[in-house]
Amino acid sequence: MKHRIPKERIKDFFEVALGLTEEEAAVEAKRCLECKNPVCVKGCPVAIDIPAFISLIKESKFKEAILKLKEKNSLPAVCGRVCPQENQCEAACILGKKKVPVNIGALERFAADWELKEGARVKDNASPAQYSIHNTQYTKIAVVGSGPAGLTAAGALAKMGYEVTLFESLHLAGGVLVYGIPEFRLPKKIVQDEVEYIKSLGVEIKTNTLIGRTLTIKDLFKHGYGAVFIGTGAGLPQFLGIPGENLAGVYSANEFLTRVNLMKAYKFPEYATPVNIGAHVAVIGAGNVAFDCARCAIRLGSQVVLVYRRGEKEMPARAEEIANAKEEGLVLNLLTQPLEILDDGNGGVSGLECIKMRLGEPDASGRAKPIAIDGSNFILKVDTVIVAVGQSPNPLLTGATPGLKITSKGTIYVDEHFQTSIPGVFAGGDIITGADTVIAAMGAGQRAAEEIDKYIKMQNV
Amino acid sequence: MYKIVHREILNPSVKKITIEAPDIAAKAKPGQFVVIMIDEKGERIPLTISETGKGTISLVFQEVGFTTRKLGKLNSGDSLLDILGPLGHAAEIINYGTVVCVAGGVGAAEVLPVAKALKDAQNTVIGILGARTKNLLILEDQLRANCHKLYIATDDGSYGQKGLVTDILKGILDSKPGESESKRPIGLIYAIGPVPMMAAVSDLSRPYNIKTKVCLNPIMVDGTGMCGSCRVTVDKKIKFCCVDGPDFDGHQVDFKELSQRLAAFKSQEQKTAKL
Repeated sequence: MKHRIPKERIKDFFEVALGLTEEEAAVEAKRCLECKNPVCVKGCPVAIDIPAFISLIKESKFKEAILKLKEKNSLPAVCGRVCPQENQCEAACILGKKKVPVNIGALERFAADWELKEGARVKDNASPAQYSIHNTQYTKIAVVGSGPAGLTAAGALAKMGYEVTLFESLHLAGGVLVYGIPEFRLPKKIVQDEVEYIKSLGVEIKTNTLIGRTLTIKDLFKHGYGAVFIGTGAGLPQFLGIPGENLAGVYSANEFLTRVNLMKAYKFPEYATPVNIGAHVAVIGAGNVAFDCARCAIRLGSQVVLVYRRGEKEMPARAEEIANAKEEGLVLNLLTQPLEILDDGNGGVSGLECIKMRLGEPDASGRAKPIAIDGSNFILKVDTVIVAVGQSPNPLLTGATPGLKITSKGTIYVDEHFQTSIPGVFAGGDIITGADTVIAAMGAGQRAAEEIDKYIKMQNV
Repeated sequence: MYKIVHREILNPSVKKITIEAPDIAAKAKPGQFVVIMIDEKGERIPLTISETGKGTISLVFQEVGFTTRKLGKLNSGDSLLDILGPLGHAAEIINYGTVVCVAGGVGAAEVLPVAKALKDAQNTVIGILGARTKNLLILEDQLRANCHKLYIATDDGSYGQKGLVTDILKGILDSKPGESESKRPIGLIYAIGPVPMMAAVSDLSRPYNIKTKVCLNPIMVDGTGMCGSCRVTVDKKIKFCCVDGPDFDGHQVDFKELSQRLAAFKSQEQKTAKL
């Protein structure tokens, strides 16, 4: 797939990867062997019929290809762009054993973009009429949180014929797709189109509604909802707990990305939200969130170093984004652990004191444990620090919902049917797993929707 | 969209708007706030809910920069694009005995609902209202109606007592039993205003060992606990003001850090102030 050249793309926030042309898609699709027992499907968390949709692209039946994708995935334009395919479908592809796996993500994106480009949504086969819930007592379902899990659950339930209301605390729907993942990786127009698609299925979206404050879970049942799905994600930023972390000039990744992506601070002052970063920025962490922060900071004109306590091999970010970031001039400071953020005397940042690490035996997470090398302390001269060391489940809703059982990790406890400790309340996505991928959240949203359908039908017996 | 149904000018730079927001009005308790966004290109800013009516909430704000000035230009009939709330924990309303409510500047609007609730909870409420000069004082009559006694301080002595709110507070703290408004001991000091004022109140009350609550006002973005922009250090621990607060024990708050963090976007704010 073609990418815009680094020198040009670092000047703006437009998309980096350009997508496949029809010719390129045809060439790529022809590489698929159409395995009888396709292992790629097993690698996909929502089990898209991959050989079938690729075969339709081969025959230039793009409309049929997108319908095939949508049988299992409500947000293909998103997943084709942000899934870590190298650990999922493409990791399983037979061709990858000897040479390059089929670029399944690019083909999924191609089909989805074709649909968006046509401007007219391909009509879904599913319609409320084919489900028989009209005589049931409960037809209203509340979905809390409009990220990938909530959007997917809402879409699936609407297709089953339920009246779905999606409650979102922010002013725009999409969760991490709007506030977290930057424009250059996932254009907001695409997210908006996907949200419009969910709305076209009959889902009502109520923004500016924080469940736990504006309304409680109890209120939702009082308002006649037969079941509730919680998909509130893992939006609580973790900090390092080192001195200097509250200096002005230290951002959590969530704050930095929310300012830049959701509030469009990169267009300040046309947009009123400011972002204040200096000429030298350190980003701490090496997941996708860290790379997104680093690449946003590069686009805001800063020189950026990434500080990670393990080695390059251990970095959890997508391979493609690591490569993109390096091309864009990101400097990697590997095997480096921050110790203290230094004060410039006025409450700002003057540097980051670090220590070099070496890798030891595997730790509880199965990854090599970083061990500090005595006396290897050094100072990185930076004036801004962005902390991207992970997110935890947001405790606001759980704290405001008596009787909702929480695990030791702060995630919501669910049984094998995605049901929480409160009957009729289901949960899925990062709020039950901790921070994970978009597609995993979507898979959970899909399966939870099916469980909710079963639960409602049981209630009506 | 959230329609403005009433607008009132309280002083040359402070305005009060009443907005239709039934869901928020139904839930809001004294001490809680909202995050608003005027339009699509706007920023999200926090404002305390100073009053709730039938399906409405009222917000009082001082025009200090780009967004509040733009807000000040809106009239009844205009709308705000987004309002999220009620946010934060409500002020803790119990019977403390006597409570001293200290309000600085526009903080008067934020103290008002809390003073009213404290009075309703059978507290003896002593109010101290301060401003730089007489014509900047707001809500004097409303506060007077909700306090058993209201003291007023102006920096220039143009009205009430000349000096700072802390001068009056010190007088009350040092008064002999029976001299102040209530024979009951002071169970709580509740202060809202500029950071230096809240810091001064907390410093003053510390040696007297009187519980002192301050309502903090750090920079916020989402207001739901997802970004940490509003983090403050309280008792040496990181707290998110939007979900853990906004009220904290004034004796435990790192006020120096709070004022430094409030200045984090000064250069950008100066830029938009000229627009």
